Amino acid sequence: MGIEIEQSHPSVELSSIAISETHGENSPYFAGWKAYDEDPYHEITNPSGVIQMGLAENQVSFDLLEKYLEENSEASTWGKGGTSFRENALFQDYHGLKSFRKAMASFMEKIRGNKAKFDYERIVLTAGATAANELLTFILANPGDALLVPTPYYPGFDRDLRWRTGVNIVPIHCDSSNNFQITLEALETAYKNAESMNMKVKAVLITNPSNPLGIAIQRSVLEDILDFVTRKNIHLVSDEIYSGSVFSSHEFISVAEILESRQYKDAERVHIVYSLSKDLGLPGFRVGTIYSYNDKVVTTARRMSSFTLISSQTQHLLASMLSDESFTDNYIKINRERLRKRYDMIIEGLKSAGIECLKGNAGLFCWMNMSPMLENDTREGELKLWNEILNEVKLNISPGCSCHCSEPGWFRVCFANMSEQTLEIALKRIRDFMNNKDRKDIEN
Amino acid sequence: MSLENKNHQLLSKIATNDKHGENSPYFDGWKAYESNPFHPTKNPQGVIQMGLAENQLCFDLIEEWIRNNPKASICTPEGVNEFRNIANFQDYHGLPEFRNAVANFMSKVRGGRVRFDPDRIIMSGGATGANELIMFCLADPGDAFLVPSPYYPAFVRDLCWRTGVQLIPVQCHSSNNFKITREALEEAYMKAQEGNINVKGLIITNPSNPLGTTIEKETLKSIVSFINENNIHLVCDEIYSGTVFDTPKYVSVAEVIQEMEECKKDLIHIIYSLSKDMGLPGFRVGLVYSYNNEVVNCGRKMSSFGLVSSQTQHFLAAMLSDNKFVDKFLAESSRRLRERREFFTKGLEKVNITCLPSNAGLFFWMNLRSLLKEKTFEGEMKLWRLIINEVKLNVSPGSAFDCSEPGWYRVCFANMDHETVEIALMRIRAFVNGRDKGKNMEIKRWKSNLRLSFSSRRFDEKVMSPHMMSPHSPMPHSPLVRAT
Repeated sequence: MGIEIEQSHPSVELSSIAISETHGENSPYFAGWKAYDEDPYHEITNPSGVIQMGLAENQVSFDLLEKYLEENSEASTWGKGGTSFRENALFQDYHGLKSFRKAMASFMEKIRGNKAKFDYERIVLTAGATAANELLTFILANPGDALLVPTPYYPGFDRDLRWRTGVNIVPIHCDSSNNFQITLEALETAYKNAESMNMKVKAVLITNPSNPLGIAIQRSVLEDILDFVTRKNIHLVSDEIYSGSVFSSHEFISVAEILESRQYKDAERVHIVYSLSKDLGLPGFRVGTIYSYNDKVVTTARRMSSFTLISSQTQHLLASMLSDESFTDNYIKINRERLRKRYDMIIEGLKSAGIECLKGNAGLFCWMNMSPMLENDTREGELKLWNEILNEVKLNISPGCSCHCSEPGWFRVCFANMSEQTLEIALKRIRDFMNNKDRKDIEN
Repeated sequence: MSLENKNHQLLSKIATNDKHGENSPYFDGWKAYESNPFHPTKNPQGVIQMGLAENQLCFDLIEEWIRNNPKASICTPEGVNEFRNIANFQDYHGLPEFRNAVANFMSKVRGGRVRFDPDRIIMSGGATGANELIMFCLADPGDAFLVPSPYYPAFVRDLCWRTGVQLIPVQCHSSNNFKITREALEEAYMKAQEGNINVKGLIITNPSNPLGTTIEKETLKSIVSFINENNIHLVCDEIYSGTVFDTPKYVSVAEVIQEMEECKKDLIHIIYSLSKDMGLPGFRVGLVYSYNNEVVNCGRKMSSFGLVSSQTQHFLAAMLSDNKFVDKFLAESSRRLRERREFFTKGLEKVNITCLPSNAGLFFWMNLRSLLKEKTFEGEMKLWRLIINEVKLNVSPGSAFDCSEPGWYRVCFANMDHETVEIALMRIRAFVNGRDKGKNMEIKRWKSNLRLSFSSRRFDEKVMSPHMMSPHSPMPHSPLVRAT
């Protein structure tokens, strides 16, 4: 029951940030969510509802976490042997719980197959990767400056990197001709583009593995990117939030490995963002980190993290969980296997419906190519098809234009935020949709 | 692992300016404490931390509640069935039961005299995050907010650092117990206008930090009229609202606007947190409560940058909707705070040290003007360094709070146990009575008492010395490491 407040006219002004649209919530990415909220699928109570395939959540491994808690409730609650409630409740030091930072560093190493080392003193904690990315932007760039970001990219970046910081995103255009890989040419073009708009480029920001593509960046490309930022004397931010969701560990190369192999030459321009929201499926806990090779960035980021610290209660729980090596080894392995299984399932299902996807090896989604289905090879054509899929097929998937993809017809489809049964139903709906389309085409 | 940072990478202006506030001269007190922290048995000569506004008096009540309510935690066998739903919940509206519980709690803190709408609650990373968030919503870089002095030092960081907003102090004076006067507000406002500075609002802290006083209803009404007439926002930081322990009764801005029909409610915003009232700063529970729909809308989107952990939301939803517990907690907490303050201030009166009469907060505002050699801020700092280095107490000098008059010091009293308070008092008495020689005798006597009175406590783990709380780190600490 709300309390009605009469709003005066004209009301006093808010800030420019408050009235701008840069929060990005009016994009189609979010419009689909509305349709879902109004008519959400439920296998029993609403079997014809909209199936949510626009949410990159990892729900396939909760049982492993629950099992850990059931077997270790003393370690994770406040009790004898562990830290006391009082100590934990008072702990607001922006350095973060040491045991938690150590556990995170170790977890990040394990995910990378121990091919890179992380110093827990370089870990800065933030409430989610959302905060980490914004915070880094505040530190690396001034209002009006530019970050170069390869397309297609996570729609939330428009808000996270630009909204309150006043920084611009200049796209590094990638296309299907080479599986959307980032090329030196594209980097140079983007850089010149920014310059021509009188923007100072301060950093390149990549997501590796990529969202929405679902692929890990190749070593040679990473080397090229590192050389590029060194030449231009700018920063590199590598958002590795999906690093634990790579289906097979040897396929992921972190920028950390490359820096180690270069004896950390020029490393102080590199910063890694990580979070437990995807790999561990804990988005509610708001656990993000910045790992920086730059001392000044670490110090400043730490100070800034005051605005967005992680609840000490949560740090305590996760410190105990992530420092349990038998748990983490097992979790990482099984989580990977389950994600791969899901991925194979959706790829097969789409293939049998006549739909091709980009060959992926990571993430909680696949990048689906529906360009042959477009009436018009344009953004409008894509949105028309998207609307059809939303309203007739009752699937909320994300149109490529919301990810700033330069080629129309691609869609991101999430597969880890539902049960296998629901995924089957979604695939059936797609098959039926495609069959009907074929029939219509034939009839026409 | 250390790296050679040969080339300093160019960072932003925000990253390289001073507005984080950590380069202040007040560092000395913290350094002194960190390098020599008091401990009743291990380091009885150490510096006692009295610069930290923490509420450590009622943990036993919360711990008891936790033991009796295992379902509130998603880690216990009783509560783990909620784990996956909670862990997955990242909706920036927040858990409905959490918002309901907080709205209920805020209402109780105000004696049930106002109701709060859970849908107007926006979460943020502590009050630190909330204060910054509201600035981002209300003001552009270069705009200004008026703030009555003395004020919480970290406002400079919270309100200005990344927002580009500037603060304009409204001077208050001891002659009328630092009351905020209409004249002072208008003077500050006019001066800003003459300087072509765009004032977007006024921010007040009620109860006040560092004064420990609540604002009188008439003053609050006059403040509301002022902002209304000038069509600027009013942000009320009510973070200490649950620490009121004495008359006059607390009046929140929420109550005042109920009585002022003519007030434009969409100018009013409240900041709140559980860090002080409940003593849970580690849980990062802050919020903005706005009467302005647009601010709620936009603020909610912004809260993505500092949401409260769903684990913590879940836990607090259970605790704060337990009305029996809340009533008992608020009553007992007030009682213990009052008792503590009285004990301390009566002890100071014995050596003719007076404090501003106060009825709230976790600190009192101590008057040492008579002890100043020179009645200047240099004199204040000199005396302060003496207090840190010889009396071994870390109190906060008034100039840190931008106070207009030298000689005032903020003394925190709720972040230690009774024995430590006694020791602090003894040290102050010795200092005032002529310092030096008497000190060693005092401490020897205390030591033998120590054995008698502490034997029944498990002191090593449970002692409330703040040193136990903060992990030692090689990096320099600052008051802002813990948002004091």
